[in-house]
Amino acid sequence: MSNTKIDTSEKPQFFLEEDHHVESSTNLGFWLYLMSDCLIFAVLFATYAVVGRNYAAGPSPADLFELPLVAVNTAMLLLSSITYGFAMLQMERNAKAETLFWLAITGVFGAVFIGLEIYEFVNLIHEGAGPQRSAFLSAFFTLVGTHGLHVTFGIIWLITLMVQVSMHGLIAENKRRLMCLSMFWHFLDVVWIGVFSFVYLIGVVG
Amino acid sequence: MTAQAPSHEDAHEAHHGHSHGHEAGHGSFKSYMTGFVLSVILTAIPFWLVMADVLDSKAATAAAVMIIGAVQIVVHMIYFLHMNTKSEGGWTIMALIFTLVIVVIALSGSLWVMHHLNANMMTMSPEMMKNLP
Repeated sequence: MSNTKIDTSEKPQFFLEEDHHVESSTNLGFWLYLMSDCLIFAVLFATYAVVGRNYAAGPSPADLFELPLVAVNTAMLLLSSITYGFAMLQMERNAKAETLFWLAITGVFGAVFIGLEIYEFVNLIHEGAGPQRSAFLSAFFTLVGTHGLHVTFGIIWLITLMVQVSMHGLIAENKRRLMCLSMFWHFLDVVWIGVFSFVYLIGVVG
Repeated sequence: MTAQAPSHEDAHEAHHGHSHGHEAGHGSFKSYMTGFVLSVILTAIPFWLVMADVLDSKAATAAAVMIIGAVQIVVHMIYFLHMNTKSEGGWTIMALIFTLVIVVIALSGSLWVMHHLNANMMTMSPEMMKNLP
């Protein structure tokens, strides 16, 4: 009698666990993608760490970097992180209009960030400090440019999801997609902490 | 005594269950704001240290910037990415630890090897550097 009881209680437990696993696999899979992206940035940071002082008799970080501009850029990305957080909170409340509003604000902050970065890059190239000038500048443009490219694709993804949400509402699929973009967006902010600390601030300190 | 012990246990269990479910999803308004305020402070300090030239020693400034940056990364991981040891049955933290091991090997290994290559290179005079192709 007790044996049959154990058997029946074990089977539902097995299926429940399987169900839970399937439901959460997207988050874990996306997290693994972010970790592999983290490795891309790690090797770019390593490259910058190795050749970042090889100026080839050209300009050094202290000559080139404008810290006030970098500070504004950092503020933009940090503000976009918190506004994306607000969008997620509104999404949990199933408030479609508010979610779209905060997503739009996030997109604007991201666009300003990209705009300022392009302005900085154009200025540097105009001054003759383009990626071909020295190993330091090659590594700098590769690292910061890769991050900027990620943010650009994040904005494209954000606009796509805004269209999806406005067309289909806050359905389960859109919530899952918004959750993935949330991880992506916050991850890019984490990478930017490394960029402004290690490349800009320490570069200017010398 | 016997009446009190289970009630305490229940309260603990309920609180635990609530906090786990909460953090596995998203954050609360309070946790986002805590993370944001901490991030603003941890961003402002290194910029202030460098732009106002507060510390006399360059090495001390660089070390402070790196340490504060590392602390800010942890703050972002906890308050914005909602990392904890329990989400996805501990697999996210395992993936993170594995990645960090690889990152440390790649970074320290590159620096170590390339430093020794540089140290074994023939030293260049400023004249030789100027005449580089």
